[in-house]
Amino acid sequence: MVPQKIKVSFCMYEILEKKVLSDAVKLMKIKAPLVAKKAQPGQFIILRIDKKGERIPLTIADYDRKKGTITIIFMEVGKTTKQLGLMKEGDKILNFVGPLGIPSEIENYGTVVCIGGGVGIAPLYPIIRALKQAGNHVVTILGARNEELLMLEKEIDEISDEKHICTDDGSKGTKGFVSDVLQKLIDDKIKIDIVWAIGPVIMMKVVADLTRKYNIRTIVSLNPIMVDGTGMCGGCRVTVGGKTKFACVDGPEFDGHQVDFENLMLRNSRFVDEEKHSCKISGVE
Amino acid sequence: MPEQDPKKRINNFDEVPFGYDEQTAIAEAKRCLQCKNRPCVDGCPVGIDIPDFIKEITEGDFEKAAVILKNKTNLPAVCGRVCPYEEQCEGKCTLLKLGEPVGIGRLERFVADYILRKGEKLPKKPVPTGKKIAVVGAGPAGLTCAGDLAKMGHSVVIFEAFHAPGGVLMYGIPEFRLPKEIVRKEVEYIEKLGVKIQYDVVVGKTISVEEILDEYDAVFFGTGAGLPSFLNIDGENLAGIYSANEFLTRVNMMKAYKFPEYDTPIKIGKKVATFGAGNVAMDCARTALRLGAEKSYIIYRRSEKEMPARNEEIEHAREEGVIFKLLTNPIRFIGDEKGNVKQVGCIEMKLGGPDTSGRRRPIPVEGTEFKIDIDTALIAIGQSPNPLIPQTTKGLEVERWGNIKTDEQGRTNIPGIFAGGDIATGAATVILAMGAGKRAARSIDKYIKSNKQ
Ligand SMILES: Cc1cc2nc3c(=O)[nH]c(=O)nc-3n(C[C@H](O)[C@H](O)[C@H](O)COP(=O)(O)OP(=O)(O)OC[C@H]3O[C@@H](n4cnc5c(N)ncnc54)[C@H](O)[C@@H]3O)c2cc1C
Ligand SMILES: Cc1cc2nc3c(=O)[nH]c(=O)nc-3n(C[C@H](O)[C@H](O)[C@H](O)COP(=O)(O)OP(=O)(O)OC[C@H]3O[C@@H](n4cnc5c(N)ncnc54)[C@H](O)[C@@H]3O)c2cc1C
Ligand code: SF4
Ligand code: SF4
Ligand code: FES
Repeated sequence: MVPQKIKVSFCMYEILEKKVLSDAVKLMKIKAPLVAKKAQPGQFIILRIDKKGERIPLTIADYDRKKGTITIIFMEVGKTTKQLGLMKEGDKILNFVGPLGIPSEIENYGTVVCIGGGVGIAPLYPIIRALKQAGNHVVTILGARNEELLMLEKEIDEISDEKHICTDDGSKGTKGFVSDVLQKLIDDKIKIDIVWAIGPVIMMKVVADLTRKYNIRTIVSLNPIMVDGTGMCGGCRVTVGGKTKFACVDGPEFDGHQVDFENLMLRNSRFVDEEKHSCKISGVE
Repeated sequence: MPEQDPKKRINNFDEVPFGYDEQTAIAEAKRCLQCKNRPCVDGCPVGIDIPDFIKEITEGDFEKAAVILKNKTNLPAVCGRVCPYEEQCEGKCTLLKLGEPVGIGRLERFVADYILRKGEKLPKKPVPTGKKIAVVGAGPAGLTCAGDLAKMGHSVVIFEAFHAPGGVLMYGIPEFRLPKEIVRKEVEYIEKLGVKIQYDVVVGKTISVEEILDEYDAVFFGTGAGLPSFLNIDGENLAGIYSANEFLTRVNMMKAYKFPEYDTPIKIGKKVATFGAGNVAMDCARTALRLGAEKSYIIYRRSEKEMPARNEEIEHAREEGVIFKLLTNPIRFIGDEKGNVKQVGCIEMKLGGPDTSGRRRPIPVEGTEFKIDIDTALIAIGQSPNPLIPQTTKGLEVERWGNIKTDEQGRTNIPGIFAGGDIATGAATVILAMGAGKRAARSIDKYIKSNKQ
């Protein structure tokens, strides 16, 4: 009675590969053939580890349609991500649903600057790859608090036409924020057709504020708290251009110049005291 | 029916009414006049043979009573709890004119609970037809349609976006009104009929409708009215403001009331305001009390008479201490310096002439603005159909509010695609969704048989 073509890996999703990228950042390849078949850059999944678990969203960092795997890269910030970080190859995750959200709008824009901060570098990777394949000249700026927290450098280097690295403490690349590097590119009169910025909310806000001044279109990927990821709860609502949008179905990517970042930061801190919150996603601040 | 004491029950999530015991059930069943014209049956959207099942109760044959129920409903323990029976079957009961109607809903619950405890025999296995049908959504509409199709011998798979079955039965209606164990057991019965449920599949995202139609002989959409409406007033995106859907999903499906045993959190503070006055709103306000709210308000812009919730729910809410602020309309939310909601600005209303819905239109009374201190706001003013399926099914006709357009038999404008329940009617009731699922199952069967490939 099991349908032939639409085969679902019944209930359990196996961890096929695990890599420790840094103390708190891990990469996993998960067997999820149905999700892999449809996954596109810019989309995300929602997983639940076990029966008592919370549903948490994670961006699709990579996918392999042939092998039927999805790569996730996550930062351990709280209960679920820490528990996930302790799991081993061969372990199984109870629920894994996706791909959710609207894929990135990939086309040939000309010159694209892709900015990744901290774990935000992970979701940026498939987007960079797709932009490159579409014929863009891709300039990447990767930033993190320190060298430890930089990731996918080699992979991204191979597909970028130009690459800049910066860290807050100067342990790798130039010392400073991604926005400083972007400012320099702008000052150097490099023609920039569009910017993609993914990272901590504050980073995306700073980048958007900067590009607004120069009228450079900027796409950001938002990470509000989510429950279902299908437009059913409204928990993920964000204010974009004065209108309420549901990030899970209308996004997660939006025009950075229209996003109300202050409201997003507030809504994201509704279940923790602010101190804890600030350690959320590493990177530039 | 005996119930938990309001003072006690606001401290737990256990079911409020205890249900009949055998003696009471038999005594109640004996009140039935066994009317020849069976008005009660006309009042039931799925046409349960009410006098017949009641007759079996009077004779103490609860198993036979269950068989009669199951002829028409796959979820009797659910219907016997959440059906608005006072307007349906019991509203048509001959005895209503003489005082109290027969407690049909409660008798249904009694029989269903009896058979769930006892375990029941499955109907005889039908001859497999070799036809495959996909059902999208495991809510009451989808479950009913799937169960009936399986009984006809078709092979049925339900694709469900969530990790659990039941739709609103699981994520919306609270534990104290509909224990999740009951839902789970009734769903297990449907699975035993041969229905497969595949979770974590969002149709339109994980698989497309075209892919389904490539492989299945027909598809039924029972995807519900999951899109929450908001008030669209200032400050609505402050922290501490939830849609009823988010709040109830966190509490019911993710079991936030058992945090930290379960990982999903919920934070409500001491003063909670729920906006709206339907069943959903009552569920929110009563849930808030159970989570420790000291003040739980229902804020509604019309008067008592227009409240759409069932009387029983309003009564229960009142007994538990929910504060009703009627003829009151919110105009904006006010936040503290950290962006949490701290007050809601309201205005008093009065009722004018009737509007298009026939209800008297509420009109603001100028100069009556006032503020209520709150820690949490729950928006329960309605849901509309989830747009994902209509958006991703090429050529599917929808109506003005995004409902999928169907005829009486659940057929859409595309051959082979059927729909029913809240996705077709807009937010309605469990039993109407089940009725739609049943009609669609019959019409799918007819379609497949006439469609010899
Ligand atoms: C579309 C989307 C894509 C994301 N992609 C990634 C990714 O690729 N890698 C990654 O490391 N993180 C990503 N996140 C953030 C990730 O979902 C949260 O870090 C995770 O849910 C925290 O769960 P926890 O139980 O470990 O932490 P908790 O103890 O629940 O909370 C720790 C912190 O995370 C925040 N948080 C809690 N729940 C959520 C939630 N459901 N969504 C967002 N933030 C939450 C809290 O406000 C708090 O600041 C993404 C979020 C979204 C919405
Ligand atoms: C809080 C609350 C209380 C209520 N109380 C009562 C009551 O007391 N009595 C009463 O009669 N009615 C009540 N109702 C209304 C009743 O629950 C609904 O009318 C009924 O559940 C509708 O059934 P349905 O099968 O059409 O949809 P739903 O129950 O909404 O089920 C739809 C299912 O489809 C799934 N789905 C959606 N989209 C997709 C997709 N793209 N792919 C896969 N799966 C998908 C959803 O996850 C869900 O499981 C209440 C509703 C709420 C919200
Ligand atoms: S299903 Fe609902 S309407 Fe029908 S008999 Fe039972 S309680 Fe009455
Ligand atoms: S109308 Fe009332 S009294 Fe008559 S058969 Fe139906 S339940 Fe019995
Ligand atoms: S996560 Fe629930 S609507 Fe977006």
